[in-house]
Amino acid sequence: MAATHRTRQLLRYLPVLPAVLLLLVFLAGPVLWAFHSSLTNAGLTGRYARNPEWVGLENYQRLLQDPVFPLSLALTVLFVAGSAIVGQNVLGLALAVLMRRARPVVSATVGTAVVAAWVLPEIVAAFAAYAFFSRDGTLNQLLGQFGAAETDWLYTVPMAAVILANIWRGTAFSMLVYRAALNGVPAELTEAAHMDGAGPWQRLAFITLPVIRGSIATNLMLVTLQTLAVFTLIWVMTAGGPANGSTTLPVLAYQEAFKFGDIGYGTAVASVLILIGAAFGAAYLRLLRERNP
Amino acid sequence: MLLIGACFLLPLLWLVLGSVDPAAGHGTKVPQQPGLDNFAAVLTPELLFRPLWNSLLLSAGTGMVTLAAAVLAAYPLSRYRSRFNTPFMYGILFGTCLPVTAIMVPVYGLFVQLRLLDSLPATVLFLAATSLPMAIWMTRNFMDAVPLALEEAAWVDGASRLAALRSIVLPLMRPGLGVVFIFVFIQAWGNFFVPFVLLLSEGSQPAAVSIFSFFGQHGAVAYGQLAAFSILYSIPVLALYVIVARGAGNSLALAGAVRG
Repeated sequence: MAATHRTRQLLRYLPVLPAVLLLLVFLAGPVLWAFHSSLTNAGLTGRYARNPEWVGLENYQRLLQDPVFPLSLALTVLFVAGSAIVGQNVLGLALAVLMRRARPVVSATVGTAVVAAWVLPEIVAAFAAYAFFSRDGTLNQLLGQFGAAETDWLYTVPMAAVILANIWRGTAFSMLVYRAALNGVPAELTEAAHMDGAGPWQRLAFITLPVIRGSIATNLMLVTLQTLAVFTLIWVMTAGGPANGSTTLPVLAYQEAFKFGDIGYGTAVASVLILIGAAFGAAYLRLLRERNP
Repeated sequence: MLLIGACFLLPLLWLVLGSVDPAAGHGTKVPQQPGLDNFAAVLTPELLFRPLWNSLLLSAGTGMVTLAAAVLAAYPLSRYRSRFNTPFMYGILFGTCLPVTAIMVPVYGLFVQLRLLDSLPATVLFLAATSLPMAIWMTRNFMDAVPLALEEAAWVDGASRLAALRSIVLPLMRPGLGVVFIFVFIQAWGNFFVPFVLLLSEGSQPAAVSIFSFFGQHGAVAYGQLAAFSILYSIPVLALYVIVARGAGNSLALAGAVRG
């Protein structure tokens, strides 16, 4: 009896199978494959493409000795911290707070401008950002009005350029999350604080922010994960250059695997990135469980 | 605040002005002789229509595969109580956290082994897998909102579970399914990296990749044409986004979707 009950329960879950198969073959499979081939000397072409050899931790040892890897790790941290944690997050929150006070027309207009940069296809946004920062681009035209000398932003400060571009592209997400969160703050709370003589800054710091801290944590986690994976924007704007000056981990993994044909080494870089993502993912799940047990 | 809004608009201004300026460069300027020459120049089968057609096949295919798999998966997760449900849903959510750019190298390896490179259907399946976790979460939430009592009434009348799903549940959650489809469609339409790695021959590349080759290979680039192409390629997703934002009452449908 117990067995048939079990079977029936399993049969009920049969419709989940297509989804599970897709996820196993195309997501879980490649992740395991990445860890596996990072331990081999698999190549893109030639003899090691057909018969990769097991090399153990050699690729990871190479990572530690390769001067580009620590640089790339540091640039990834800088990119995520600068454009996601500080830029998108703070600017998104500020816009959401300001929009509540502004006139509806103003906040709708600004909101549309911010969202437009986010909804555009990635590659189009990347081209627009490239044109904006290029030598004879819009930024230099603007600064030229104030008599500033022309600067090749993408060459002299590539990281600053891609960080600003990613803030431009991604702030809409944080703004939308915070607008929803602020709508959930009970009006009585802020009104009571207002009655007690708290100024706008005090109300923000002691009432609003503590109430929405769950959303802040969630948003920080999500923008970090999204920014960790950014490739197209950097690839189009600087292609990781000059001299690896903007090579974040996704760009490095792509270059090693496809430009230099070293799949084994490229997947070692990718594996590090997957592990970083997994760590953040685990933290994110923990956070969600604490919020809705 | 208007200043911030203006900063967000500036890079887009180049796109719009450049597209109607036959002599466009990197800079933003009001065209001296505005005209639609750039649009006329890119309106050719090789340059625009075939890539857009490929984009359409890729995005619509991904949307349909994802939606079908998500509806099937969401049904038991929404309708039956089991101790597998919670771990399964959290496991899926965890899947959304993996950086997709990181798994492109191994996915390329997988496609080489299975001889699937340059195959549009295989790329559709991969894109569907990457968008499935979010789609299952959204679909389950929409399905949870359909009262079980309606289905039970249909069962009493002798309908099978499948018939009840098709004739009662799915019609009631049609707006929700539309949101999921459009959401997946927009993501697939704008995706550059996946087709860039998996679709190599020019004939199968979607607009996101062909625009990149066009830009990268023409040396002295026709910036006006690039801008015109960008606009034509962006219009469908902008329109779809407006539909979702209007239909759902606010623009949060998409952000909420990403939040799970």
